[in-house]
Amino acid sequence: MINTNDIIETIGMINDENLDVRTVTMGISLLDCADPDPKRACEKIYEKIVTRAKYLVPVCESITAEYSIPIVNKRISVTPISMLLASSPGANPVEYAKTLDRAAKAVGVNFVGGFSALVHKGFAAGDARLIEAIPQALAETDFVCSSVNIGSTKSGINMDAVAMMGPVIRKAAERTKDNNCIGAAKLVVFCNAPEDNPFMAGAFHGVGEPDCAINVGVSGPGAVRSALQKHAKGLDLAGVAETVKKTAFKITRMGQMVGELAGKALGVPFGIVDLSLAPTPAVGDSVAAVLEEMGLESVGGYGTTAALALLNDAVKKGGVMASGLVGGLSGAFIPVSEDAGMIAAAEKGILTLEKLEAMTAVCSVGLDMIVVPGDTPADVLSAMIADEAAIGMVNSKTTAVRVIPAIGKKVGEQLNFGGLLGYGPVMPVNTASPAAFIARGGRIPAPLQALKN
Amino acid sequence: MQAVITVVGTDKVGILAKISGICAEEGVNVEEVTQSILRGTFAMIMMVNIENAKSDFKTLTQRLQQGGEELGIDVHVTRQEIFDAMHRI
Repeated sequence: MINTNDIIETIGMINDENLDVRTVTMGISLLDCADPDPKRACEKIYEKIVTRAKYLVPVCESITAEYSIPIVNKRISVTPISMLLASSPGANPVEYAKTLDRAAKAVGVNFVGGFSALVHKGFAAGDARLIEAIPQALAETDFVCSSVNIGSTKSGINMDAVAMMGPVIRKAAERTKDNNCIGAAKLVVFCNAPEDNPFMAGAFHGVGEPDCAINVGVSGPGAVRSALQKHAKGLDLAGVAETVKKTAFKITRMGQMVGELAGKALGVPFGIVDLSLAPTPAVGDSVAAVLEEMGLESVGGYGTTAALALLNDAVKKGGVMASGLVGGLSGAFIPVSEDAGMIAAAEKGILTLEKLEAMTAVCSVGLDMIVVPGDTPADVLSAMIADEAAIGMVNSKTTAVRVIPAIGKKVGEQLNFGGLLGYGPVMPVNTASPAAFIARGGRIPAPLQALKN
Repeated sequence: MQAVITVVGTDKVGILAKISGICAEEGVNVEEVTQSILRGTFAMIMMVNIENAKSDFKTLTQRLQQGGEELGIDVHVTRQEIFDAMHRI
């Protein structure tokens, strides 16, 4: 017999606390679609995606119907497209992006990730062409997401790529300035990018992955906050951590079950559960609110980094016990525009870019969904990427930058992306020039942390 | 195949009759029922076996939810595995 309280708790978590599976992402290898003839390559890409992902959306919908578990996004990640461009020197990368977009629309998914290049140590054939094409590709497609890995603990930071990415982010925003600069919101620059990440915009299907796999990203800041409200009153921080762990366990078990069910129904191996607390702009479904529930007046004040470190660690400890296969980014997300509490703190000026940078040292990912002034120089964006990458490289963790220059706008104004991407106030940026540093180029050598053998 | 029907709303005459009536019509066997009234709110949990149900899961859910709407109560139908997954090691 199942405990009545457990049933009521689960129903309450789903109905009242926004608990959901944030994404079921099908990773599809396109390595067998490479072709010297770009037209033929695009045909193969389209065919493979629509064949593999034909039933992804209906299967997810039937899981939602039978188990009452909302699955918010159904997505696809593919092999970094630069690898396919390598075999076709004359190809226009934008055509590949358009093919991905058409395939995504045909199968009804929300996003397709993988218009990507991995250049942490240098550029192979196809990489530079793909990077240059990113702004146009993101402006001329709806559902395609792009990412570039510019550094890793093992290889150091490719500063030539860092220097390229500042201008690329600016161009992506400029080309979509009539649509809230949305191009830049679909582009992430990574250090230590995971190859099985189900979350966008950074999802791609790594070369070490199987031909096809199902990866699941869970959510649940609302459920964690509610558990703290109900069960952690008067407890010390070890008690808070314990409460978070228990809730994370339950959330992850749900994700694990969904992944197994989806994999079985689709005849595809279940890859990983990504143990991430992903917020939404809905009131209460906020990582900032979880931190404030621990006792902070506002996220962004002193104590925020410590509270976030506790949260991130407890989510992993609870989640890792609940899932046999954990991967992806796995940690708390802090995307400013997607989190009502972060937005409020940024609007008040309490949450600053400098504090966010510190927070990225102890949680998942990095500077995420941050709107910066439209006149922020490209080399400042590059330097911002370099700083984040350095944190990731030295701490052997993933870090990333997804900032959106609000073209034509200043501090005090805002961009509104709508939906899960939310809205964000334009935040002030320190613009002391890093131009000469960025212009040096070359590589920042791999740190001592890389030498583990 | 086990499912859990949860019913929450203002207590009134005929809730159990209505929900179990639909179950009987659909060939769903009610195996266990717990109900309680917490501060005026009626809460009922039914464990049911849907192996021999006449309709598919979606139709069954729609019928039960429609029955709930007629009485002004919320009805959820969920397969049991989710509760096992979340609350048992």
